[in-house]
Order: sequence, then structure tokens, then C-alpha cells
Amino acid sequence: MTALDSAVAAPAIATLAVANATDGSRELRLAGRLDAYSIAGVWWQARAEVQRMRDRRIVIDATAVDYCDGGGVAMLVDLLRQERPPTAPVVVRGLKREFQTLLDQFDPASLRAPAGAPPERLRSVEEIGRAALIVERDIVTQIAFIGETSSAIWYAIRNPHRVRWKDVWYTCEQVGVNALPIVALISFLLGLIIAFQSAVPMRQYGAELFVADLVGLSILRELGPLMTAILLAGRSGAAFAAEIGTMKVNEELNALTTMGLDPVRFLVVTRIIAALLTVPLLTLFADVIGIFGGAVTMVSFNIPILAYLREIDTLVDVKDLWAGLAKAPAFAILIAGIGCLRGLQTQSGASAVGISATRAVVSGIILLVVVDGIYAFIYYLLDI
Amino acid sequence: MPADPIIRVENLSAGYDGAVIMRNVNFTVNRGEVFVILGASGGGKSTLLKHMIGLYQPLTGRVFIDGDDIVSAEGEARYAILKKIGVMYQSGALFGSMTLLENVRLALEEYTALDDDAMDLLARTKLRLVGLDAFAGHMPAELSGGMQKRAAIARAMALDPMILFLDEPSAGLDPITSATLDELILRLADSLHITFVIVTHELASIYTVADRVIMLDRRKQGIIAEGDPKVLRDTSDDPWVRQFFRREAAVEPA
Repeated sequence: MTALDSAVAAPAIATLAVANATDGSRELRLAGRLDAYSIAGVWWQARAEVQRMRDRRIVIDATAVDYCDGGGVAMLVDLLRQERPPTAPVVVRGLKREFQTLLDQFDPASLRAPAGAPPERLRSVEEIGRAALIVERDIVTQIAFIGETSSAIWYAIRNPHRVRWKDVWYTCEQVGVNALPIVALISFLLGLIIAFQSAVPMRQYGAELFVADLVGLSILRELGPLMTAILLAGRSGAAFAAEIGTMKVNEELNALTTMGLDPVRFLVVTRIIAALLTVPLLTLFADVIGIFGGAVTMVSFNIPILAYLREIDTLVDVKDLWAGLAKAPAFAILIAGIGCLRGLQTQSGASAVGISATRAVVSGIILLVVVDGIYAFIYYLLDI
Repeated sequence: MPADPIIRVENLSAGYDGAVIMRNVNFTVNRGEVFVILGASGGGKSTLLKHMIGLYQPLTGRVFIDGDDIVSAEGEARYAILKKIGVMYQSGALFGSMTLLENVRLALEEYTALDDDAMDLLARTKLRLVGLDAFAGHMPAELSGGMQKRAAIARAMALDPMILFLDEPSAGLDPITSATLDELILRLADSLHITFVIVTHELASIYTVADRVIMLDRRKQGIIAEGDPKVLRDTSDDPWVRQFFRREAAVEPA
């Protein structure tokens, strides 16, 4: 009978019957099929019996077992490995020879659970300490990375012919040109929605026209640069981390290093230059589209587009435009830098690249908001 | 061949996360020889290789490449050493966004003042050496594993290094492809007098190419055998070394 036949013919169940033998030992009679699917029920029953009868000899009668595989053997080994006094051993009897050969390959005594100390549990204070240490190390790495990148960029400025411009233009296309549709969509909707949300209540006071100022100021100074940057952090920051991370996993970074080519100069500098070139342009683009979005709402509120633009022109100064655009280079360095850093930090393994991309987006956005806050504070102090 | 060391490893100790993998390892590689680092899986072969090419910082010790210590070298001095070596990584590690030709050209673009045509021709000759000039315009992902490894050798040779390090050149390849690689190694060693340092555990390949081998063992944290592989197979005192060379099943090593 082949294994398949027996699997079909025999009912896939295991049974256990307990009896007292005439010589005073306890007998556990196993029958049927012992495999990983069928033993769950009898295993704990048998183990409970073995543990309960600590002072009696236990005979496991396996005469009626007609199939036993790795799962069944594991159960038998488990019963045999229980700690017992020498006068009351556990023995297996009547197991068919082919199954016995399998069982003989294991020494139950060596498979006893080690009585080692339970794993050390960290106290909450210690946990906090460790977490703080990780944060501290991360900050130190980021500072070191800023230094390394700055020196590489300085080198690039002094030796522009050593920069791989082909890679820079390619990245510009990826970061800039290909991001135009999504930046357009988001900033258009942003302008439209801000205008609509504020126009409805302001209309009660007949002040719809001032919505133009609100849209103009908030888009130019704040939302244009910030939303563009957040979009790019999700788009390009994650892409940088994934690209460089994959290169690291494939040992391509090692290959660069042993070719004497510094990965920071080679991969990071080109991406930062590309971001520096494109992010201000994208921001300007987002400003224009956002104001256009506001105009669409205004027109639907019966305010002529010329009146809307004139109102913006009166109150919104060119200085506000510069205040927004001045943030763009800082945001560009942040997005590209963090994306590249997280990529370089990628560990090995399949999930590592995903983790790096996630970390690039999360820390990118956090830093963006922090830096934006710093800008707001500086502008307040300088009365801009 | 008179002994003329091109690589000298002195008192190298290596490890990570507090665990020491090898302690006070000493050996030399002679100019022009094919030198093979052997050992069981997880025995520290690739780790040793990465210390020899300066990717990892050892706990102690020094690695002299053609007289200069790569461990302490920094900046320009380090680049000068790196120009003398080429490395083929286990996975090939070709740059996935570049064609084969661009992969080979990269080092030329960075280090030489040649014009475009000259660089193309040079890169093509390197691909020719490994039999891949017909695939110059292909991306790495379009090639088989064996071809990627050969292309990686071509890239490693771009600047005609004195020493080529190969990490598991025949791992995962069929016997014919792997024999082709062996033949390529011998041909390059003969015609260009390149010194090879190879990490592998393919016995067939070892007997074909190796002039000298060292064998690492993690438990002993160092070298347990050194010499000609055929001699070691027949005369080593260490039963485990003999087993390894005869490809016998493991009896726990002493």
C-alpha cells in the first residue's frame, strides 16, 4: 500500500485509550494515524496522563498505529522526554519497524526543554533609555551625514566637471517634470477649496473679495512651498531611499566603494543638486496653479477674475512670494538628503528597502514641518 | 615561482557585534598566483575578503596591498590602493540602471582623460575578454547569472588592476558555465599576469585553478590549513580538511 492509498483508506484520526496493565503500569494505547493533522487531540491528553502518573511506569502501546510521520514521532519524543524518576520510565512498545527507525533517530533526553533563566524583561525606565539612545544615535548620524554631504557638495561646486550631470538631468526629469501633474492637481484643488471654504462665511459680511488676499497670502507664503515639499517627500524622497536601498542590498554600493567612487558624491550629490534645481520651480508652479484654483471659485461667486487678480496685486507683495520661494531650497535639501540617508542606512533583507522608504517619508515630513516652523519664527522676528 | 608577496595580511582579527570570527590571521598572496580562500558556509570567507578590500574595518591587524596598508590608508592614498584591485561580488553587483558597456566604462570615465571613442573601445575589449562584447548594449537584468558574473569580471578589470578578488564566482552556476569561468580565470592569470584571490567552495574549480589555498574554520577562529589543494587532500593531518577535499559527509570535526 502506498502512502497515498493509506491516506485515502485509513480515517485520518488518532485515538488514545488509557488502561491499567496487570503488572501495575499504566498503558496508553495509541491507534490510527499519527500525523500533524490528527495528533492535536491525543497529544495533550497523553501528555497530561504522563505528567499525572509521575510514579508509575508508563507503557505507550503503539501496536495499532498504522501510520506515523514526523508529527507523530515528535509527539512520542515529547512523551519520552518528560522528566521522570528512574523507577517509573516511559517506554514505547509495538511500534512498527519503519516508524521505530524514525523514532530511533532522536534522543529524547537531549530534547528536554532547557531549564535556563527566563528571558530578561526590560523595565520601562530601561526601555525609555534605550529608545532615547536610538534617537540620539539617529540624530548624530544625521548631523554626520549633513557634514559629509556639505563637503561633497562643496567639492562639486569647486569641481563642476566631476559632477555626473547626465545623472543630474535624469533626476531632474524624475523629480521635476514627472511631478508636474500631481503638483498641479493638488495645488489647484488647494486653492479652490481654501477659496470656497472661506468665501461661504465671508459672503455673509459681503467680504468675498478679500478671499483673494487670503488665498494669495496663504498659497504664496505657506501652502505652495509646503505642499509641494510634502508631495515630493512622498514621491521622490521615498524613491531615492528605495533606489539607493536596492543598490545597497545588491552590493552595488560596495562595488562603488571598491572602485574608489564615493557613494555620497556619486549618488547623493547628484540627487541633491537635481532637487535644488527643481523644487523652487515646482513651488512657483504650485503658487500659480493654486491662485488659479482660487480664481475658479471666485468666478463662480460672481467676482470677475480681473477684480480677483487686482485685489491680490494690491495686498500681496512680491516679498510674500520670495518668503515662500526662499523655503524651497531648504526643503529640497531636506527631502533629497533624508531620502538618500535612509537609502544608505538600509539593512539587508527583503523588507529593508520598504522600511527605508517609509522612514524617508516619515522623517522627511517631520523635518519639513519643523523647518517650516523655524522659517515662520524667523520671518516673524524679521517682520517679513 | 620565487615567493614575491603582493598581499600580506598581518595579525588580522575580525568580528562584528562583539563576536570574534577570526583571530590573528596571517598569510601572504604571491604575485601572479591564483589564491583560493576555502571554508565551510558561514566560516568567514567573504568576511575575510571584505577586510582585504577595505570594506570592513578589522578589530586589529593590517592588510598590505603591494606594500601599502589598506586598513589605515585614507583619502588619496586609499584611492591609489583601490586602483590596484578589482572586485567581483557574489551577486555580480552590476549597476542596474546602466548597460554593460556603461558599467565597464564607469571607472574609465572617472579616472582617465580618454575621449569617448577610446573609452568605448577599451570597455568593449574588456567585454570581449569575457566573451560578452555582443551584449554591450544590454541591461544587466536581461542577462543570465553566469553572464552577469562575467560582466562583473570585465568591469573589475576596467582599469587593469594587479589583483582581482572574486567572491564565489561559481556559486549558483551549472557545471559548464562554472568550468567556462575557471578557464577564463586561468586565461587571464596567464595572459595578463593578474593575481587572483578567490572565495569559493566548489571543489572541482579549486583543483582546476588554485595554486595555493587557505582554509578557514570558525571554531578555530582562523586558518586550519594552507598549501596546494591536492597535497592537502592527500596528506593533511586534520581529518576535517581531508574530508572537505574528498567531499565526504560530515563527521563532527575535532
